[in-house]
Amino acid sequence: MKNFGFTVIKQRTIDYDQFDGRLLNEILENEPSFKVCLSCGGCTATCSAGDLVSFNIRRMNLMLRRGETSELENEIQKCMLCGKCQLVCPRGINLRNVIMLIKKNVVKYKSLSK
Amino acid sequence: MKHIVVIGGGIAGIEVACELTDAGHWVTIIEKESNIGGKLNNWSYLFPDFTPAEKIRESLQEKCEQKDFSILRETKIQSLERKNGKFEIQTSVNQQLNADAIVLATGYELFDAQRKEEYGYKIYDHVITSADLEKLLLPDGNLTTVTGEHPKRIAFVHCVGSRDEKSGNHYCSKVCCVTGVKQAIELKKRLPDVEIFCFYMDLRMYGKHFEELYRDAQEKYDIQFIRGRLSEASEKIDKSLLIKAEDTLSGRPLKMNVDLLVLLIGMEVGKGTAEAASACLLQCEDSGFLKTVDSFLKSNQSNSDGIFLAGSCTAPMSINDTILHARSAASEVNKWLKLMN
Amino acid sequence: MKLEGKRNIWKDYQKEIANDNYFYVRSCIRQNFFPGSEQTFLKILRTELNKDVYENPNHTTCSGIGYHSDVVPFETLQTIVARQFALMTEAGYKNLAVSCITSFGIYNEVIETWKEFPKELEKIRAFLKKATGREFEVPENVAHASDIIYKFREDIFAKSKLALVNKNTGKPLRIVEHIGCHYSKMFPSKGVGGAEFPHVLVGMIESWGGEVIDYPERRHCCGFGFRQYLVMSNRGYSVSNSRKKFESMEPYKPDAILCNCPGCPMFLDRWQYVIEEMEGKTYGENGHGIPVLTYEELAGLVLGYNPWDMGIQMHQTNVEPLLDKMGVCYDPKLKYAGKNGKLIGNPAMTGYTCE
Ligand SMILES: Cc1cc2nc3c(=O)[nH]c(=O)nc-3n(C[C@H](O)[C@H](O)[C@H](O)COP(=O)(O)OP(=O)(O)OC[C@H]3O[C@@H](n4cnc5c(N)ncnc54)[C@H](O)[C@@H]3O)c2cc1C
Ligand code: SF4
Ligand code: SF4
Ligand code: SF4
Repeated sequence: MKNFGFTVIKQRTIDYDQFDGRLLNEILENEPSFKVCLSCGGCTATCSAGDLVSFNIRRMNLMLRRGETSELENEIQKCMLCGKCQLVCPRGINLRNVIMLIKKNVVKYKSLSK
Repeated sequence: MKHIVVIGGGIAGIEVACELTDAGHWVTIIEKESNIGGKLNNWSYLFPDFTPAEKIRESLQEKCEQKDFSILRETKIQSLERKNGKFEIQTSVNQQLNADAIVLATGYELFDAQRKEEYGYKIYDHVITSADLEKLLLPDGNLTTVTGEHPKRIAFVHCVGSRDEKSGNHYCSKVCCVTGVKQAIELKKRLPDVEIFCFYMDLRMYGKHFEELYRDAQEKYDIQFIRGRLSEASEKIDKSLLIKAEDTLSGRPLKMNVDLLVLLIGMEVGKGTAEAASACLLQCEDSGFLKTVDSFLKSNQSNSDGIFLAGSCTAPMSINDTILHARSAASEVNKWLKLMN
Repeated sequence: MKLEGKRNIWKDYQKEIANDNYFYVRSCIRQNFFPGSEQTFLKILRTELNKDVYENPNHTTCSGIGYHSDVVPFETLQTIVARQFALMTEAGYKNLAVSCITSFGIYNEVIETWKEFPKELEKIRAFLKKATGREFEVPENVAHASDIIYKFREDIFAKSKLALVNKNTGKPLRIVEHIGCHYSKMFPSKGVGGAEFPHVLVGMIESWGGEVIDYPERRHCCGFGFRQYLVMSNRGYSVSNSRKKFESMEPYKPDAILCNCPGCPMFLDRWQYVIEEMEGKTYGENGHGIPVLTYEELAGLVLGYNPWDMGIQMHQTNVEPLLDKMGVCYDPKLKYAGKNGKLIGNPAMTGYTCE
């Protein structure tokens, strides 16, 4: 390839038309309470992992909903499954189950999309 | 002359009573407390324009004195029976009242902030509720904390006891956002050097002038808004409070020290309304607030013919909305009485 | 801090704690790290309080740590718990006394699951029958061992030789209490005092003359947290969480930390040593650490037991500063003596800030 000293810049817009909702849907089907997250951040505020490393449990929902699933597999490993997020959640979301479902399915859908 | 019994002598009850008296009926208010006026008696300056609550209280008082209706104080409804198209009411002090129609205007109660144990209300010295703050904002209110100094940094927590599965309340209390903005501005007027932070999930500036008030808070009073819900508060050795939230817009956990924490407590239907509703066999919504026949044209009618609803016993609402709702209740009562003739 | 407010909360979270006839289930961790604590518990109950405590040597781990680390499935866990209950039923006991907080959480979780999903209970009955031929009843009362000491704290104090008072200054000793997360964070109603302001250890400290320190990170996890520790590469989480607590309690100058969980005294004790090695930082007075005790050890000290008999020499953060403040009689020479009084040799590496 020729190098002209500049590059063609990729768009960073979330392209919603490319959105693959399979992983999200699988999780919502198995844990419908996850639908009602209001992004309040109570979970992240109390998270014993997010306090120490760049991990944001609240953002898992958005990552799933915006199709940013490639980082998800690594991100979710940072959770210590301590359960504090679930204690604080004002929407009563079963976050433990959500986390387990992400862990289980993220691998499955990665192999499917290959 | 028709006799109408109004249960509850808050803003809604008084307004209904005045309207119905003007329409030529005989009205009796049953009020469980010794004073009428309801929550208004506890407030200092009102959103959206900082009218002193005192002023509204006085106008209501004046109205009450001019109009010829009776008020039974320290009285509650015990039971209700229907006889020949009329109501027979037994009160808690063993009076019997006969009525042609009934209006419930029993209002709401404040969420008991002790139920949010993690915020330490009534345990930590520097945690108060918005209702406590109203009293401190009165002209003779003392804004020093237990350490004898003025607070330097204050945080408001939105949605305490509202929109919270853990408190059992899914609904939004509607007026606490703007109450927070009102109180933050009022504090800043008194203590110009204080730093104020509001921790919110959504800012619900739904009413006339509310958005402008929010803008003023930012522009003229330097009040800062952080989008995140407090996970906990704890007391430090100097009695200041360590609070934790996520600053969701920057996506990182945040902690800060404050020397006053104000909990914007929500509205619950409360015992007063629940008791009156059960005496009258009225249905409630899931939220506990009283059920209206519909949300549009019959928003003053209960499930029971001849029993009408006014004000915040049907849903959280501001004073302005309460007054309008009460007036429409009076007009519905009138219509119904005509129909029954 | 307003005590009245706390009392209000405590009123809401009073649980029933059986009075006698306990079926005692031990803790895997405690037997290894604080073996003297369980012995002390039995001694206090049997000889000081004249209670009947039964132990069955056939009882096993509850497998809770495996469960929380995703290696033991829920059905397996329930069946193991059911076997424990079968041993209890066979011995004619109805009151479970649990040494471990993880197990306490597990027993409650399983029993609550059976209440919510009776079919699950039937399934587990069938599993246990098939696997072992045993049958069981669900316990009538589940108490953690700290609940029991809490219940009898005044009786213990009536027999005490020492109070939690600094003998040099006459002032109450200032103690940090740390509650195991699974004691009441899972089911606030199962813990004395609930989840936010638990009373179980506070009650002991106050009844025995001490003063409780309420510091900002009081609610925070000790740092064990299964995954934080069990996976080596995660241990930074563990020690950092413990450190967060130490930093937060340091300004209050605590004389001791009191715990009711197996993991907490272990981590709050060992990590003080590790932090000193890694960062050179100590949190107690004069370069010492803050002694960390189990509630049985503290009860034993109050009752005048010999600290070495309770295995207090097993602590990595030395407890001597506290013993001296309380005025406990001990012979430093006998610290590493065996049961028969003969020295078994000093450990190759002594506890931190020993000399
Ligand atoms: C902190 C705070 C600040 C606020 N500030 C403002 C503001 O600045 N501006 C604004 O517009 N709104 C404000 N509000 C909202 C305002 O308080 C309500 O809109 C208003 O009080 C509603 O009036 P009401 O008559 O419906 O109910 P209430 O004020 O609750 O009155 C109900 C009355 O009924 C009586 N009652 C109840 N049960 C019975 C029974 N069984 N028998 C007999 N009597 C009974 C009660 O004693 C009471 O007197 C604020 C609310 C809060 C929580
Ligand atoms: S369970 Fe995971 S995400 Fe939730 S608070 Fe604990 S570490 Fe954070
Ligand atoms: S606490 Fe619950 S509602 Fe709030 S962001 Fe987390 S998951 Fe969503
Ligand atoms: S009005 Fe605002 S503070 Fe009150 S419940 Fe609704 S969103 Fe929360």
